Amino acid sequence: MKYRSWILIFLAACYLTLSTISAFRLSRSQPTERISGSAGDVLDDNPVGRLKVFVYELPSKYNKKILQKDPRCLTHMFAAEIYMQRFLLSSPVRTLNPEEADWFYVPVYTTCDLTPNGLPLPFKSPRMMRSAIQLIASNWPYWNRTEGADHFFVVPHDFGACFHYQEEKAIGRGILPLLQRATLVQTFGQRNHVCLKEGSITVPPYAPPQKMQSHLIPGKTPRSIFVYFRGLFYDVGNDPEGGYYARGARAAVWENFKDNPLFDISTEHPTTYYEDMQRAIFCLCPLGWAPWSPRLVEAVIFGCIPVIIADDIVLPFADAIPWEDIGVFVDEKDVPYLDTILTSIPPEVILRKQRLLANPSMKQAMLFPQPAQPGDAFHQVLNGLARKLPHDRSVYLRPGEKLLNWTAGPVADLKPW
Amino acid sequence: MKLSALHQSYLNRRNNNSFRSPLDSSVDASGKSLLAVFWLILHCLCCLISLLLGFRFSRLVFFFLISTPSNNNLFSSPPFRPDLPPPRSNSTATATEVKSSSSRVVVGRHGILIRPWPHPDPVEVMKAHRIIERVQKEQKAVFGSSSGAKRTVIAVTPTYVRTFQKLHLTGVMHSLMLVPYDVVWIVVEAGGVSNETASIIAKSGVRTIHVGFDQRMPNTWDDRAKLEVLMRLQALRVVKEEKLDGVVMFADDSNMHSMEFFDEIQNVKWFGALSVGILAHSGNAEEMVMMSMDKRRKVEEAEGEEERSSSLPVQGPACNATTDKLIGWHVFNTLPYAGKSAVYIDDVAAVLPQKLEWCGFVLNSRMLWDDAESKPEWVKEFGLLNENDGVESPLSLLNDPSMVEPLGSCGRQVLLWWLRVEARADSKFPPGWIIDPPLEITVAAKRTPWPDVPPEPPTKKKDQMPLSQGDNVVVIPKQQQQQQRSSKVRKPKRRSKRNKHEAKPTDTTTQVSSSTKHHQERN
Repeated sequence: MKYRSWILIFLAACYLTLSTISAFRLSRSQPTERISGSAGDVLDDNPVGRLKVFVYELPSKYNKKILQKDPRCLTHMFAAEIYMQRFLLSSPVRTLNPEEADWFYVPVYTTCDLTPNGLPLPFKSPRMMRSAIQLIASNWPYWNRTEGADHFFVVPHDFGACFHYQEEKAIGRGILPLLQRATLVQTFGQRNHVCLKEGSITVPPYAPPQKMQSHLIPGKTPRSIFVYFRGLFYDVGNDPEGGYYARGARAAVWENFKDNPLFDISTEHPTTYYEDMQRAIFCLCPLGWAPWSPRLVEAVIFGCIPVIIADDIVLPFADAIPWEDIGVFVDEKDVPYLDTILTSIPPEVILRKQRLLANPSMKQAMLFPQPAQPGDAFHQVLNGLARKLPHDRSVYLRPGEKLLNWTAGPVADLKPW
Repeated sequence: MKLSALHQSYLNRRNNNSFRSPLDSSVDASGKSLLAVFWLILHCLCCLISLLLGFRFSRLVFFFLISTPSNNNLFSSPPFRPDLPPPRSNSTATATEVKSSSSRVVVGRHGILIRPWPHPDPVEVMKAHRIIERVQKEQKAVFGSSSGAKRTVIAVTPTYVRTFQKLHLTGVMHSLMLVPYDVVWIVVEAGGVSNETASIIAKSGVRTIHVGFDQRMPNTWDDRAKLEVLMRLQALRVVKEEKLDGVVMFADDSNMHSMEFFDEIQNVKWFGALSVGILAHSGNAEEMVMMSMDKRRKVEEAEGEEERSSSLPVQGPACNATTDKLIGWHVFNTLPYAGKSAVYIDDVAAVLPQKLEWCGFVLNSRMLWDDAESKPEWVKEFGLLNENDGVESPLSLLNDPSMVEPLGSCGRQVLLWWLRVEARADSKFPPGWIIDPPLEITVAAKRTPWPDVPPEPPTKKKDQMPLSQGDNVVVIPKQQQQQQRSSKVRKPKRRSKRNKHEAKPTDTTTQVSSSTKHHQERN
């Protein structure tokens, strides 16, 4: 009898200690959820050993000299092309033997010709790209072997390899004919669009990681802003009549919700922009002149649920990251009812989205840190390239077979650079 | 398009006219002239509209005139839609034909969609607030106090009955009512337990212990501080005797506490210290302006200095910047106030805090118990404390003051503010701040005490008898309408000069009107 009471006391003590231990473990950090997209739980995959990349040695006029002329290219949102080259040069996937390489990388900075305001001019980019391809085609046999099908390029500009900032002109030009078979790593992504090639890898725009890390606030600061947005609603300089910029979606947001206390939206850019995002539950990421924007990256880093208002957009690493579970997608025609849409989301769903956003591998996948860290955007690009391996047999051309038209495109593009 | 049609029709008419034989022209001419006149009138009308509204809007008017308005309630600029997208979509259609799939995204100009009533919907606003509450609750659950334990907060408040007691005590009471932990409120009252205080704290809803202290509160700030120390020690004795378990904090009744303060003090192990923001306020507004101007001038003169003196002095623990260990104390600098600080409670001057205010310290109540097992050696035995030795700050409860834990990220966060504002010691106020029965007399209020014998009540209800002492007038009417009527009635009387003052405050039932800025009443 005595033994039984002792056993009971012992079991009770065990239960109590175990429950307190588990409570301590859970309470310290924010609970997160695993991220698994259509490609599986691939955010934490390590590409080292799964592919080999050969980096062409181009003359410095294609990369280093351009950067020296304008060092602003290192901090603007198209800086991914520069950091990609730096990462690959010192990465273990790099191989110096082109015979064993699976992928070939051409480091040409096409988005570094900046106006005084800092916006890149794409007018010389087709010529620059063409000249680079001609160079590698004449100095190495690997381009002609596959006509570029196992080469990849980083084209982070507004409409990717269409090389124009105006959508109509970009559609009119189409993707550069010489890049028809290559894999493009770009920020632009829209379904059924000329400038998104089948098999492209969509990456997030570059956002400075140190700057965002330095503006973090404690996680217990209560999120009291319902919807947050800072940016233009009307682009009076380029679109004075209204209706072109953002296909009227941003203007619709303003006109419908400018006096709604739940919507903290304005064009003023405060110094506490990053801190405010951490105090908001939803952050609007509407399209601008192009459907993508760095706001998505900022929202993910700061744990604010992104509300994506861009029809048919393709988000970064769409096969690895389940964006439908993480963000809220609103059609452009539904913008006037945005408040109803957002308040009708059940709180459990909102909490789940916040847990998914809190996953550190999710935040890491959106960044381009220097030096590179495991799981960051560089590694996700390599993972995407690795998933496309092995190359199909048809990639390798028979000798003498020519698929690319070297004289296609506007006449101005054929001028040497 | 319309103009070209008109032009074409005009040309046709001209051709027709030229081909017609003159014989038929008479019959047709009348019909044709009517048609021509009609077109001419329409043309002139359109030209006029163009002149007035501009070419683009005339198209709009024309569009409205010839089409029935359907589906117009949703779109703000419908005419733009049919105009522009068709030519554009042709180009995209040809481009996308190559891809053999149609995109629902159309490049070009789109209308700006505005719903019929683009204003906040109260139902949606309420739903959104519930979502925000749920998210914040989750945040608190996840990021709350790091130890996870929720200890009782034992608040010690010394108080006494005076004019501003209700103001200050209600503030503390509301703060304590919002605290998400259990609260035991020990209110020590100078002058013994009174009904006034009891009635105020009865509404709190937290467990209260109302203790009386036999001495009356003196009239100077120094003496008051000394008495408050004795009262707090009395409260600590109550904690020891009742063996209350929790975190003891000192909630002086005129202080302001933030909710994060109560979250932060849960982390104390034995004895903690926090930073207190000091609001040394002078009742004299001009003096404050002068002082701030002096400070600004000094900052401008010393331009080489990187560091600017913070405008809010803070009293609390000072830490080593790298190791975050306690190395000293930030103490309030009394030099700028030398000679200008308040001595008596009703002085119109800045009230200065003591060297180290009690409110900036919190302690574990077990420290006061007699037989707590794990009480560290650097804690003095509370039962053996001798008050007559002079207890100035809670550090006297410790043998080793360096074992104090700095809280609030090592004193960098200011979570409570110290302020002392009191009315004149002899000021009269209605007990409980309830005016019952409602008064109908006008009484002059100045620096002289109120007369103990109330003036003779007026014979007529409408009459108001202003006493002729001084320029300030207090009007306490029963009803506003009576006041207005009476003021009208009194106009022809001799006391018309004062009526101007009385006629003004008609929107509040009680109001103190002061004619000059210099005489700020503290009542």
